[in-house]
Amino acid sequence: MTSTTAVRRVVKPVVFLASLGPFAWLVYGAFWGDLGVNPVETITNHTGIWTLRFIVITLAITPVRWLTGFNPIIHFRRMAGLFAFFYGSLHFLTYFVLDHSLMFAGVWDDVVKRPYITAGFTAFVLMIPLALTSSQGWIRRLGGRTWNLLHRLIYITAIAAVLHYLWKVKLDTTNPMYYAAIVGVLLAARVWRRARQASLAARVPVRGEA
Amino acid sequence: MLIKKPADTRESEVTPPSWYVRRREFLQVAGSTAVAVATGAAGPLFSGTSTVHAQNPAAQKLENLRKSALSTDEKLNSYRDVTTYNNFYEFGLDKGDPARYAGSLKPRPWSVVVDGQCGKPGNYHIEDIMKWFPLEERIYRMRCVEAWSMVIPWVGFPLADFVKRFEPTSKAKFVRFTTLLDTKQMPGQTEPALPWPYVEGLRMDEAMHPLTIMAVGLYGEVLPNQNGAPIRLVVPWKYGFKGIKSIVRVSFDESQPMNTWQRMRADEYGFFANVNPAVDHPRWSQASERRIGEFFKRRTLPFNGYADQVASLYAGMDLRRYY
Repeated sequence: MTSTTAVRRVVKPVVFLASLGPFAWLVYGAFWGDLGVNPVETITNHTGIWTLRFIVITLAITPVRWLTGFNPIIHFRRMAGLFAFFYGSLHFLTYFVLDHSLMFAGVWDDVVKRPYITAGFTAFVLMIPLALTSSQGWIRRLGGRTWNLLHRLIYITAIAAVLHYLWKVKLDTTNPMYYAAIVGVLLAARVWRRARQASLAARVPVRGEA
Repeated sequence: MLIKKPADTRESEVTPPSWYVRRREFLQVAGSTAVAVATGAAGPLFSGTSTVHAQNPAAQKLENLRKSALSTDEKLNSYRDVTTYNNFYEFGLDKGDPARYAGSLKPRPWSVVVDGQCGKPGNYHIEDIMKWFPLEERIYRMRCVEAWSMVIPWVGFPLADFVKRFEPTSKAKFVRFTTLLDTKQMPGQTEPALPWPYVEGLRMDEAMHPLTIMAVGLYGEVLPNQNGAPIRLVVPWKYGFKGIKSIVRVSFDESQPMNTWQRMRADEYGFFANVNPAVDHPRWSQASERRIGEFFKRRTLPFNGYADQVASLYAGMDLRRYY
């Protein structure tokens, strides 16, 4: 078994199941009535924070690959991104169904009026095209260059998600600021690498890299 | 003053304490059946809030409580709801923190300083204060500024009776309340989350309104520490943060005091803080609320449903400006 097939057949399923852990925790808690005095708040906060965590994991994969040269890690980027979308969808559905009783008007009113909802909604909506075009088939259809360009929307999603969290908290912004710092570093790494490549390319013409 | 009775209150709401449990058992069955029907497998989701939880067996019981026509007959939130989901930043910012950490508070011995524009300032022991007035049960809705609500059976006495005892002078236009400042008893005060100690205030007519009470208990027992032992304010038509806890000072002021949340974020929290579905918090809507234990949100009522009794206090005031 080559290292690539080992990753595909063993590590990936394990990581997949682990990524379902936060969801399993919710199902378990709901089943046993163990989600606290305000279960809807618990569900909303839990799905929200795990969405942000998976966005951060997705964003971290490429810089970690640069740093470590461990290329197989790229096999996990799509999975992490899709889990971000999965938890983001649960988060949005909780809000849509339990806060707004499936009324689009109420959601739209929030989106227009409340900056933290505007940010959260933006983060979620921008994940939809990424999830839809996450397959190999779509990479082929769009072409690598276009696909890469499209999937840079994740940067906006990450920024919007952090703002959503930051603007929601009542008082203590410590945790949102941690996430802001992490996302900031992960985005800065890309800017830095691009600038470095540009200066290298100015000296030695090589093929461009997205 | 003409005191109208709340439109949604019937005489039948006057319930002996032993009936709470039976009513709640019935509602538990009814409620969980409804939830189960509505949500299929998610039925047990809410069993945590509808299960009958014992009160604290060690707590001192408060006997011979008067019933009040001002109480609501809505379904009570469970003892667990009321005592484990609290905003009391003196013990931490998480809603579970007060129940976890408020054991360090020593509600006895306790005294309350009364000062300012009044004829009888002094330092009064809580044991004496509790004997001054007959204790009443007041079942009130409590609407938090964070858009959730509960129904809580408080025990206490009208603030008006308390105030009159100290003979406030004509200069006394406001009543200011101050929470204990003691980082040993309230470890959250070592964090600069809020400017300590917590301060709240009422206009004199608000303080004298019959709905306004000083609470010394809930569910027929002395107040648990996490709910603001040994004495706290309850103003049911205002957002919960007006209900200052663990009070050590009551002052009669000439001018409007600066309450803690207004000092913290004046654009988000005002002095009056009347429950108002038409005036949103800058960051979220106040039009609806989640009653703890319910699945969907319900509409928030002006003055938290007490408009008939209190709206006249604010006649002519622009409630968008004085939020």
